[in-house]
Amino acid sequence: MAYVAVKGGEQAILNTLRLISETRRGDPAFAELTLAQISEQFGLAVDRVMTEGSVYDRELAALALKQAQGDVIEAIFLLRAYRTTLPRFAVSEPVDTSRMTIRRRISATFKDIPGGQVLGPTYDCTHRLLDFALAAEGLQRPQAGLAAEPLDKDVPQVIDLLGSEGLIEEESDEGQGEIFDLTREPMSLPAGRDQRLQNLARGDEGFLLGLAYSTVRGYGGAHPFVGELRLGEVTVEIVPEELGFPIAVAEIAVTECQMINQFRGTAAKPPRFTRGYGLTFGHNERKAMAMSLVDRAMRARELGEDVRYPAQDEEFVLAHTDNVEASGMVSHFKLPHYVDFQAELALVRQLRAEHMAAREAQTKEVAE
Amino acid sequence: MSAGTTTIHSDTGYNFAYLDEQTKRMIRRSLLKALSIPGYQVPFGGREMPLAYGWGTGGIQVTASVIGPDDRLKVIDQGADDTTNAVSIRRFFQTVTDVTVTESTEDATIIQTRHRIPEIPLKEGQVLVYQVPQPEPLQKIEPRETETRKMHAYAEYGAMRVTLYEDVAHFGRIAKTYDYPAVINGRHLMSPSPIPKFDNPKMEMNPAIQLFGAGREKRIYAVPPYTSVRSLDFDDHPFEVQTWKGCCALCGSTVSYLDEVITDDKGSRMFVCSDTDFCNTRQAKAAAQPKTAGEQS
Amino acid sequence: MTVQSSATSMRPVSSGGASLKAGFADPVFDAQAVFRASLLATAYPGRVVPFDRALAPPRPFSSATAALCLTLMDFETLAWLDRQAASDEAVAWLRYHCGLPVTDDPMKARFAVVTDALSMPRLVEFHPGDVEYPDRSMTLIIQVSSFTDGPTTTWTGPGIKTTAHVSIGGLPFWFWSDWELNRELYPRGIDVIFTNGNALVGLPRTIAVET
Repeated sequence: MAYVAVKGGEQAILNTLRLISETRRGDPAFAELTLAQISEQFGLAVDRVMTEGSVYDRELAALALKQAQGDVIEAIFLLRAYRTTLPRFAVSEPVDTSRMTIRRRISATFKDIPGGQVLGPTYDCTHRLLDFALAAEGLQRPQAGLAAEPLDKDVPQVIDLLGSEGLIEEESDEGQGEIFDLTREPMSLPAGRDQRLQNLARGDEGFLLGLAYSTVRGYGGAHPFVGELRLGEVTVEIVPEELGFPIAVAEIAVTECQMINQFRGTAAKPPRFTRGYGLTFGHNERKAMAMSLVDRAMRARELGEDVRYPAQDEEFVLAHTDNVEASGMVSHFKLPHYVDFQAELALVRQLRAEHMAAREAQTKEVAE
Repeated sequence: MSAGTTTIHSDTGYNFAYLDEQTKRMIRRSLLKALSIPGYQVPFGGREMPLAYGWGTGGIQVTASVIGPDDRLKVIDQGADDTTNAVSIRRFFQTVTDVTVTESTEDATIIQTRHRIPEIPLKEGQVLVYQVPQPEPLQKIEPRETETRKMHAYAEYGAMRVTLYEDVAHFGRIAKTYDYPAVINGRHLMSPSPIPKFDNPKMEMNPAIQLFGAGREKRIYAVPPYTSVRSLDFDDHPFEVQTWKGCCALCGSTVSYLDEVITDDKGSRMFVCSDTDFCNTRQAKAAAQPKTAGEQS
Repeated sequence: MTVQSSATSMRPVSSGGASLKAGFADPVFDAQAVFRASLLATAYPGRVVPFDRALAPPRPFSSATAALCLTLMDFETLAWLDRQAASDEAVAWLRYHCGLPVTDDPMKARFAVVTDALSMPRLVEFHPGDVEYPDRSMTLIIQVSSFTDGPTTTWTGPGIKTTAHVSIGGLPFWFWSDWELNRELYPRGIDVIFTNGNALVGLPRTIAVET
């Protein structure tokens, strides 16, 4: 039988594009999802895609989720690639989360706090029982009651209440002018906290969750307390050069976690509490908490602690958080490797032949 | 193949060659520094591309920064123009540049490659763009960039030599068959990307410009034309390349890199050229020969 | 064509009130062509690499100098200009077309433009990069009077098959001995691109020059 070299890569690709479009749509007997449905009813998935995709746009994130058939990492990839093509108009002022319009705000460190604990929407208090009523459409939705009074406009950070006693470290930008931007510069080591936090904010939720978990299981010695976790809307402001004063350009939802950790102190510094920080777009407490734990773990070097565990090792953590990078590298092993495999195949055959020959020679010698 | 040469896709909504001009300038500056320090990995602000990391994003960014409307682009993977990844990248450039594409090594002005150097010798002015998954030759010895950076800064490559010599002690030979490290211009240790070591000698004193892009690791490096490329070896175990007992089953070549093809489930196999353009050209020439001799069967 | 550079979408302003000279006729393709010329010049040092994208340069730039600035420089590259190059016209042109930040300190700059080579600073006054990051070094653009009527020098190194004979005119007497010192810093060192008329000659740090 004559051998015919495989051709037709081009045709195969065109066919696969049609096939995924077909499987994405599923059975056309059912109504097609709208972006509004995804954005409204898969809101937490949209939040995650916006956070790790580094673009705050619910509609684009919903589109990415639709196009990716709900594969969150694929959707993040789509949004990131789109982000590359966007021009940069301005750099915003730092958002002030103490002026957040609060939807949820809890502290695990004090029973009552100025401004009050606000439970807000959370799955924490739900029983994880499949709710078969949801399987039916057109369900009557219960209405949540409204508080008698609105919350204060300015709600101070719980963690700052410790500051007056000097019990917790001050937060400062160390006079740093420009903020590092990983989307324009390659990672640079040792990394400043700005670079680390940006990396964690874009990092894979699952990977950070596992790392954060390890720090409280003996691989990091963390003793964390949730100083405060808050969810709500903040205003984004820019200062146009021609105006010279800030103007509001957007209101975005964010989740912020201020994690308090003990610090044993050194000869030079008395014991006190230290901070770990987490911030995400939308509502994502798991990610914000994991981020704040890993942020604190990676501060080991700067605080003079021993760097002994994976979560404390910034080069290890920073290089492996990004799920677009990680899934690209892992999936690339699907690509043809005929050439290098052929090289290895020839080598292993040769080494085996030499090994056999040597053994044969040995047995002959023994026999003689 | 694309028919046009210079028109720009207004319907894609993207700039020529996808990248914005500021990104191209940043990559172009990195390319010039890479050529000025042969084999040294220049960190660059790699962008997120619409293709997956590990699938050629570094090579694509380099090609996108170099390519112009008059170029003729060839894209190969494993030496072949028709593997799906090569097709996919070629389609990407056809969409965003509309340049002429070609399968001919000789006709191409830019060749983007994964895992091979074409068999036909390259010429001056041609640009060979390698896709690099892992640019750091020392990474398997030392995963920390903070350490490998120092090793390159002070040319401390002893650890690499020790690793290769451990192979000699264990197997009686250097057991590295691809991505075989080489010293460029007598100074920087460089990963040639996962090309078979068969291709390493082609890098040496090559008249063409060789550019390497690692997208995920955000590194660009280069081997200028006419530059020394010395594959690491030992006096008692000199560098040698792969050889085959037979020849290509399709074109009869005895000098090209051969891929093994399994032809049935009883272990029968044959060997064919990995470089499809080289192989096809030879087959076409062989087929044309009897005709020119006036003999028709 | 749907994209244009952000610089060209702004209104032209010049410090002197005079209207500014235009940049590239086609910012995308002209920059690509000039970059390709500079890639060839750096890859094949010593060869005169012409390009066919002429533009009306601001005084005292030649067309090649101006084109190279537009191709390689922007708001991310701090630049140093010699006294002659720092004319009002050239500075306004660079600010407008490249958004170029300019510094007085040659050691801090990533690019330098010299149009009066005879009065240029010694080469050690430019940044040669760091031991761990030799790429963070000066790229020096020197506009010279001629590529043919200077003293003939012999170049060897990467990009040159055997030797190249080059006759750059209008360089200060100390230039080549300074270049030898620059070579000793390798892999650190500055890189040079000479410009004249509408052509380039590259001189990367790897090149040994005999006078």
